[in-house]
Amino acid sequence: MLEVLAPGPLTTVQDLGRSGLRALGVPVAGAADADALRVANLLVGNPEGAAGLEFTLNGPTLRFDGPRIIALAGGELEASIDGWVVPMWRPVALAAGVELKLSRVLRGARGYLAVSGGINTKPVMGSRSTDLRCGFGGLHGRALRAGDRLPLGRGESARGRSLRRRRAESRQPFMPANWWVAATHDLRGDVAWLHVLPGPDIAALDPRVLRTLRSGTWIVSNSSDRMGLRFEGPEVPRVPVPEQISAAVLPGTVQLTPDGSPILLGVDAQTTGGYPRVAQVLRADLGRAMQLKPGDKVRPVLVDEDAAEGLRRVRASELERMRFAIASRLAEE
Amino acid sequence: MAPAKATSNGWRIERHGDVALELRCADAISPAASARVHAAMAALQAAALPAVEEVVPGYVGLTVLLRELPRGERERAEAEVRRVVVAAGEGGPESRARIVRVPVAYGGAAGPDLGFVAERTGLSAETVIARHAAAEYRVAFIGFLPGFPYLMGLDPALHVPRRATPRTRVPAGSVAIGGAQTGIYPVASPGGWHVIGRTAIRLFDPAAAQPSLLRAGDRVRFVPVPVGEVDAAAIEVSDA
Repeated sequence: MLEVLAPGPLTTVQDLGRSGLRALGVPVAGAADADALRVANLLVGNPEGAAGLEFTLNGPTLRFDGPRIIALAGGELEASIDGWVVPMWRPVALAAGVELKLSRVLRGARGYLAVSGGINTKPVMGSRSTDLRCGFGGLHGRALRAGDRLPLGRGESARGRSLRRRRAESRQPFMPANWWVAATHDLRGDVAWLHVLPGPDIAALDPRVLRTLRSGTWIVSNSSDRMGLRFEGPEVPRVPVPEQISAAVLPGTVQLTPDGSPILLGVDAQTTGGYPRVAQVLRADLGRAMQLKPGDKVRPVLVDEDAAEGLRRVRASELERMRFAIASRLAEE
Repeated sequence: MAPAKATSNGWRIERHGDVALELRCADAISPAASARVHAAMAALQAAALPAVEEVVPGYVGLTVLLRELPRGERERAEAEVRRVVVAAGEGGPESRARIVRVPVAYGGAAGPDLGFVAERTGLSAETVIARHAAAEYRVAFIGFLPGFPYLMGLDPALHVPRRATPRTRVPAGSVAIGGAQTGIYPVASPGGWHVIGRTAIRLFDPAAAQPSLLRAGDRVRFVPVPVGEVDAAAIEVSDA
């Protein structure tokens, strides 16, 4: 059992989302930065798709009623137990009863907590992900509140036995592993470069509009959430934006609204829409995009199919290397 | 972008980033286009291609989500998708069509944009209601939100462009017009359509074996009821 002492502004249960239900209008939901959740799960010996917690800008304070192994991933964040810093990107063995305080997300927008055994709320349509707008999944389809108690899956795997023993022998409330993995995204730098391919409705647009969209630096606006990021930026030429016949939109789709501002759709986005789909952020960059917060600057980089394939390959091999490295280190723990 | 390639029977196929394929069989909404989409959807589902994650229907085409694959494998998957839609027939789910009568309270707080729609169309509010409730609509597909029906058959006199800036919150049960389309919001959501009425019918139940009340091919009629009665008004479903 995991008890929520303080929830933070927006903390939800998320796994890798719902698939196969878009024809019923059901969004994918799931971790906005999926690779961060995958790596956090691997670090505690869970399947990559186990449910963990996603928190936004500020984290929750949690109490664990039994000994568990946890891992923190995603944006760079402040985490502590009894005032001692808990490091990210590695397994950490906890004693029963400890209070884990997750505070500010210093870089990026979202942090992730994986717990050995996973969070064991009831799946809805095949997933434990919280769909906030539709009001299902996770814990009662809503963000966590103080006093919530989350059931955990069985956590006594063979993995991490030596780490747990070292923790017990030390009599410390927690014991981090003495190895770690690299962060999944580089969140430093003033401007985030997002690689995009042209969207399916690009032919319907005035070339001047496209030029402005492509050449500008865009600032993430305050009205951004898991559904989508809105942007403020260069004035887009006031030419009529043709309405489209409603068709599928996906996480990573960039739509142009009639008032001239682009929206980058997130994991909670609707399944279909009618605004022109001007670009599609590459799969490889979607998790990075979802780490953007209000005020961050973005430059779109239009790539061709060759460059897109190159970026896909780099990300896929990084993730594969991470899987292998974590599996071999965990086997020794 | 890869230029659209047309198949022998008029499907155009384009890439949608590195995640999906866009298939189109027409440029305008029509029952015939919708029937072709339903047939292609059924054929793709039956083919169960391993590279295909899922298929999302629209009015005039489909979006085929692909699993993450190396480029060569993805190109082979594209060829397979093409082969399946070329072989698909023209039939649709119309044979199992039902008529669903949805009670709606029009105007007032239940339909804050009724006045705007009346002004834009040059009709009285009463005429907008009468015309919206007179038509029989066909569910082209479910999308946007869980259980949200995209309906064909809106009276051309009621076509009104979408809002320039989407509303941040449209309440559940809102009956709305956007361009040449009309639909019902199953849950509260941001939205760019004009809200002309409200129903209390539950369109989506995640715990049900069939979570979506409406299905592609269903016929829908809106039945005006006074605002005081809409919460108690029942839905009527019958075979077509």
